[in-house]
Amino acid sequence: MTQRERNWLLVAPAAGWFLVMLVLPLSVVFIFSFGERGAAGGYVPAFTFEQYANLPARFTAFQNTLILAPLGTLAAMLIAYPLAYQLAVRTDPKWKTILLVLVIVPFWTSILIRSYAWIYILGGRGIPALIEAMGLGDVQLIYTPFAVLIGIVYGYLPLMVFPIYVSLDRLDKRLLEASSDLGAPPLATFFKVTVPLSIPGVATGCMLVFILLMGEFLIPLLLGGGKVFFVGNALVDLFLQSRNWAFGSAVAVMLIVIMLVTVTVYMRLIARLHTSRDDVSVM
Amino acid sequence: MTDKDHMSKRKFMQELRRYQKGSVSRRHFLGVTGLGAAAAALGTAMPGLRPRRAYAAGDIGDRVVLATWPNYHDVENFERFTDETGAFVQVNVFGSNEEMLAKLQAGGSGWDVFVPTNYTITTYVSEDLIEPLDVSRLANYDAGAFDPRFADAGTVDGSLYAVPKNWGTTGFAVNTAHDGGKPFATWKDFWDRTMDDYSGRTMVHDYQLTTIGNALKYFGYSFNSVDPTELADAERLLLDAKPHLFAISSDYQPAMRSGDAWMTMCWTGDGKQLNSDIPEIAYVLGREGGEIWSDYYAIPKGAPHREAAYALIDFMLSPEVNAREVMAHGYPVADSRTNALLPKEMLEDPILYPAQDLLDALEFGAAATLTDPNRAELLARFKSA
Repeated sequence: MTQRERNWLLVAPAAGWFLVMLVLPLSVVFIFSFGERGAAGGYVPAFTFEQYANLPARFTAFQNTLILAPLGTLAAMLIAYPLAYQLAVRTDPKWKTILLVLVIVPFWTSILIRSYAWIYILGGRGIPALIEAMGLGDVQLIYTPFAVLIGIVYGYLPLMVFPIYVSLDRLDKRLLEASSDLGAPPLATFFKVTVPLSIPGVATGCMLVFILLMGEFLIPLLLGGGKVFFVGNALVDLFLQSRNWAFGSAVAVMLIVIMLVTVTVYMRLIARLHTSRDDVSVM
Repeated sequence: MTDKDHMSKRKFMQELRRYQKGSVSRRHFLGVTGLGAAAAALGTAMPGLRPRRAYAAGDIGDRVVLATWPNYHDVENFERFTDETGAFVQVNVFGSNEEMLAKLQAGGSGWDVFVPTNYTITTYVSEDLIEPLDVSRLANYDAGAFDPRFADAGTVDGSLYAVPKNWGTTGFAVNTAHDGGKPFATWKDFWDRTMDDYSGRTMVHDYQLTTIGNALKYFGYSFNSVDPTELADAERLLLDAKPHLFAISSDYQPAMRSGDAWMTMCWTGDGKQLNSDIPEIAYVLGREGGEIWSDYYAIPKGAPHREAAYALIDFMLSPEVNAREVMAHGYPVADSRTNALLPKEMLEDPILYPAQDLLDALEFGAAATLTDPNRAELLARFKSA
């Protein structure tokens, strides 16, 4: 067997997986998006751009997703960074493992059950009752975009904490000492040394959370009360209620296109950030 | 949560000591601590772990999968079925007939028994998704015992496809503690006051038939209209009302019970359950009309446990079992044999059996609404708006 043949053999399982699990389903979605809805629902083969022309009917869903997904990513990042910093830099090594495990503990039960817990926390007998008891008036939290944002941050926080933690943990502490020896106050050291060196972790975390959020449907469904509608909810509705597979496929293709564009732009930005800082090695 | 659901740590330890000393039985211990129920709930996730018993009619397998609606069964009946047959009942709950149809159309649902509503059955037949029933295997089915109004839809082109489960109405439940002495009587009240003194407190179903249908009633149109101009009026009303809604969901009992929601579109049994526990919550049928419906038991094509499916349907049709169901969920039945076993106050309950003039205004859902692309798209636009 030549080296070349051996290489092919090694690549075959991954390539086969890729073909069956990614290329084929995506092709089906792409083909369906040019079809029509059957009389009782489903899909009828056709070649029409009607489904794409109808996309503006889901404008609000795209809008909600494109506002709340970046906002949720940003909020998760702002909350995760201090947490990861504390864990990586400030915590006694003997506690680290335990604290890290605590970050993953929520993953031990389903997000469905955890979201139901939030329904009660944000519902009329939860936090709003507390706010009312303090005499601060009557507020509704559950079934609002704010509740969805809380659910998003809560659900995706661990995915953000870990990459940031790793980049901060690997950070060469001698650089911090050097910075301080050269007379930089702690805050300057943090913003000029720590933050730039942790950018790869922040970038990975944001990417991970953002991509998953773009397809999210459960949190808006449960905490948005069916009123805060994401593209994911539009898709669930089109396939599982109105049975319009053709239009559903067009919405899915549109979502993929938006993802590709945003992720490409994002990668470019991060790459530029790297090259402009070639004085420190970041990767 | 009521007091009897909860047990203090100290009480638990006392019970544990009593059990260890042998002064109470294991059954008592598991019962009072709730551990028995917890273990049963865990066990249900793994039917293979349950002991199997021989069933008189032969081995029907270890499980039967039922697709049904929320708050629609007496769980103890399922336990009895498992005791008698050895087959565990795995329940899937749905929010709309569209969802059920979508699942069956996609294939591989794995269901053995499902509970379609009257107006959907002809579509299941024409889509070849439903099995004709073999009456000889349903000893408890007595066609003559059923009120034909609620049984007719089970027969399509002379073949029996579905047998009646329950019937009921779709009205709204309203918490009268907040109505300021002004009672509700119509769908006009429902929508107008959603945008007024009940703003932020109203729920509508995540279901095209009822949410669109009851918006159509505001204008006095048919509940089943597929007329584009009438639907456009309904859409305008829905979009106007949307900012005032608490939520769009068919699972409205939790929010009504917690007091977060004050009013919701509501089915008979939910209305009865809410009213029994919280008397301020009234069940109202809009004077303009609305929906009257009947649900059926049916077997989908390709049911993986067909023997068990027949056994379950037959079991549920036995009048004793059916009567226990009604007592638990509060939906009336069309079966005179079951009604003979029910207490008088149940049969005279105005929520289950509304006044004749209110009933006369109601319409059965029409098959066209299920497949009409405009109604489906209208609801989706309303939700995504």
